Amino acid sequence: MSAATTTAEPAFVAKTKGGQITNFVDERVGGSGILREFGRKVFPDHWSFMFGEVALYSFVILLMSGTFLTFFYDPSMAETHYTGSYIPLQNVEMSVAYSSSLNISFDIRGGLFMRQVHHWAALLFVASVAVHMLRVFFTGAFRKPREMNWVVGSTLLILAMAAGFTGYSLPDDLLSGNGLRIIDGVIKSIPVVGTFISFFLFGGEFPGTAVIGRLYVLHILLVPALILLMIVAHLFMVVVHKHTQYPGPGRNDGNVVGYPLGPVYAAKAGGFFFIVFGVIALIAGLFTINPIWNYGPYDPSPVSAGTQPDWYIGFVDGALRLMPGVIGDFHFEFVIFGFVLSLNVLLPALIPAGILFSVMFTYPWIEQWITKDKREHHVLDRPRNAPTRTAIGMAGFVWYCVMWAAAASDLIATHFHVSLNDVLYWLRALFFIGPIIAFIVTKRIALALQRKDREIALHGRETGRIVRLPHGEFIEVHAPVDEYKRYKLVGFESPEPLPAQPNENGVVDGSEKRRALLSKWFFEDRVAPATPSELEAAHGHHGDHEAIDSSADNKSISR
Amino acid sequence: MKALSQKRRHPLAAVALLLLGLLVTGGLYAVATNVNQAQASTTNNFTASDTAEGEKLFAANCATCHGMGASGTDAGPSLVGVGAAAVDFQVGTGRMPMQMNGPQAYKKPAQFNDEQTNQLSAYVASLGAGPALPEESLLDGGGDAAKGGELFRVNCAMCHNAAAAGGALTRGKFAPALDGVSSKHIYEAMVTGPQNMPVFNDANISPDDKRDIITFLKQIETTSSPGGAELGALGPVAEGLFIWVAGLGVIIGFTIWLTSRTS
Ligand code: HEC
Ligand code: HEC
Ligand code: HEM
Repeated sequence: MSAATTTAEPAFVAKTKGGQITNFVDERVGGSGILREFGRKVFPDHWSFMFGEVALYSFVILLMSGTFLTFFYDPSMAETHYTGSYIPLQNVEMSVAYSSSLNISFDIRGGLFMRQVHHWAALLFVASVAVHMLRVFFTGAFRKPREMNWVVGSTLLILAMAAGFTGYSLPDDLLSGNGLRIIDGVIKSIPVVGTFISFFLFGGEFPGTAVIGRLYVLHILLVPALILLMIVAHLFMVVVHKHTQYPGPGRNDGNVVGYPLGPVYAAKAGGFFFIVFGVIALIAGLFTINPIWNYGPYDPSPVSAGTQPDWYIGFVDGALRLMPGVIGDFHFEFVIFGFVLSLNVLLPALIPAGILFSVMFTYPWIEQWITKDKREHHVLDRPRNAPTRTAIGMAGFVWYCVMWAAAASDLIATHFHVSLNDVLYWLRALFFIGPIIAFIVTKRIALALQRKDREIALHGRETGRIVRLPHGEFIEVHAPVDEYKRYKLVGFESPEPLPAQPNENGVVDGSEKRRALLSKWFFEDRVAPATPSELEAAHGHHGDHEAIDSSADNKSISR
Repeated sequence: MKALSQKRRHPLAAVALLLLGLLVTGGLYAVATNVNQAQASTTNNFTASDTAEGEKLFAANCATCHGMGASGTDAGPSLVGVGAAAVDFQVGTGRMPMQMNGPQAYKKPAQFNDEQTNQLSAYVASLGAGPALPEESLLDGGGDAAKGGELFRVNCAMCHNAAAAGGALTRGKFAPALDGVSSKHIYEAMVTGPQNMPVFNDANISPDDKRDIITFLKQIETTSSPGGAELGALGPVAEGLFIWVAGLGVIIGFTIWLTSRTS
């Protein structure tokens, strides 16, 4: 456009009205500079990189549908008699909050749809955050320099859960009230201060008349603001660090291979927003979620069978269900100086979640300490190429899933016609041995896959074609894989255990010894990638058709 | 009279008085509870031939477990005094004759037609007073659904779930989902308390309240779900499963589609 290269650059005059306006804005905002910077950002595309986007879009949808709901929802616990159009609740005494939620569902045009959009989007939001996190973990994307972004992401996961939980209670129906009652119980089990915290939170004895209003403020103000703040920090760091990429030819820790963000990718991302929106809208239009009219108004006396929290809080509920009240003659409840210590509530409510989240927040540093790997990484690990990390992840995942399943113990019992007690016994056993089995099995599978990769890199893939040689021997024809595929199979690191190193005083201290032990545990079982010389040896006798640009049509008999 | 007043100071007078007092209160209590029972068992008009036919059917189909004269064996309890309602419920919902031993007798297609069921009821009712078949007027679903809903949430939801979708009890027992159960069987379940369900007699929940509960259950059964497919009305677990499997599944499909173009 501007061809002028002389020092006195003539002012650029756009030809059309639109152009002039654009130029006006650009000169004052500097948009083109921003665009130039962002537009050239390269976004490598792989489907597993898109869950963060799904989460972002779900959040935008949550903001929009949530704003609609605030127009009609009234967070008051004042008593009223329902007069709306749902007959089975006609004239029933209930809180204004519940009544206004019913009105949104039945008497406000599009209200039920919006409620369902909001709730389904919430479930999808947390689910996509979780899958996004799993992707980051299993590919090692949390390694330097992205540790802080991993922490911000973990915070986002907790905030997402908090947003969901505070929202779940707002309709003040029986289901959410039962859930709140459980939280009240957990809070009260905290030694000494529990009861005071509960009274403070509920503004008196449960359920009080204040809690819905307070949760509402948290739900529409504090939590979304924090999420937004964290998202901005998160995305900012993504831009600063650039995106990671899977290993491949020409990809290394110093570059990013992929498409520039604009215009193709930007268009794709924009389109993807509408796809996510469309999927959520379709689900919301076709499937009921949280039919509050079924549950009736909250009243502390009835407790419904099948009371569960939304899926993301399920694992805490499951841990509570798994905990035995007594084992033999041993009770988990003590009275100390007149204070009741209910370990049967306190332990399951806090310990598993505490362990999961502490490990989650600190994992990048734990691994760094064990491996002493302080380098920057921009190329991802394929999960199989980091067998111990993958195994740790799967162990944690299985542990989470056992607790998650326990939250549905009653439904498992009725739907598979088994005894509720047996379900609990099995899940209790799995709670302890499940992660161990998962660890061992995953590690073995990862190593086996690595061996297979090595085999294929060295000898090509099996074609299934059996050939009989002149002297009668049968062999299966192996086709060599092309250069790109082979790169994927050999282009990774497989560190060996790092023995204890003396510190600057020349002493091997205790912590270093422990680290060395862990390093042994981490890297002991390893399959080294095929080295160039090994490849050379394996392919040497094939002549020169194995040259650099060997391509698909080169899959000839290699024996 | 004189004799009585003279014996007033007899050492045993106090004891006699105490006995008398106990008898009176005991008797009154018995009468009072009988009144309650009597309310439940407004005797149905079974004919003598019903009873006779019922006895034959019973001997052929039920006596192996319940004994001749329904006096009970090791394999089944005595049915004396369980009333016509219990038989009508158990046989009408196919629970009896029981198919196999287990934590709970399962529902299955009814084995006897209405007439035979009625005859069996007549026979068992003839053995001792118990809850009778409910009157038609209590089953018409013309009660107050909202009040029925409240009663249901307070009395039944802990086992049957607030949306009557059913729930688990201990050791393989369960409270079934209540959709598709006839009004008559709902009423009978309440007055007889089948197996692990408690009895809700007329002092607990009056016949009119029972009518409200039935109205409520029929109301939620017939109103179609306003928000779309119900996913079994099982609550957050079904919803969570759905978003993970169907929701994320579709989204992943799209992500693969979007990114496959370029590679
Ligand atoms: C295989 C054995 C078996 C057979 C056959 C059988 N029953 Fe039963 N029945 C039982 C058992 C066991 C129970 C107790 C169930 C419980 O309470 O858990 C029972 C319970 C009942 C009850 C409920 C009693 C109460 O306290 O409310 C009725 C009524 C009844 N049976 C009627 C019948 C009739 C009528 C037949 C024949 C059509 C029949 N049963 C056949 C085993 C049997
Ligand atoms: C302690 C738990 C419990 C409570 C409370 C309870 N039920 Fe039940 N209910 C059961 C069980 C268990 C069964 C299954 C009995 C069987 O299979 O014989 C059952 C069966 C029934 C059935 C028969 C369902 C069918 O499929 O044939 C009806 C109807 C019923 N209940 C209604 C009610 C109503 C109405 C109330 C409240 C007034 C109530 N129940 C309260 C446990 C309960
Ligand atoms: C949608 C509403 C907003 C509009 C349209 C808007 C617009 C502008 C414009 C045109 C300027 C540049 C001119 C100037 O310096 O006065 C500006 C500057 C600024 N705005 Fe906003 N703004 C908005 C909201 C906000 C909010 C909510 C904040 C703070 C929380 C904010 C903070 C600032 C600050 C600190 C500057 C000064 C920047 C500087 O001096 O370098 N603005 N805004």
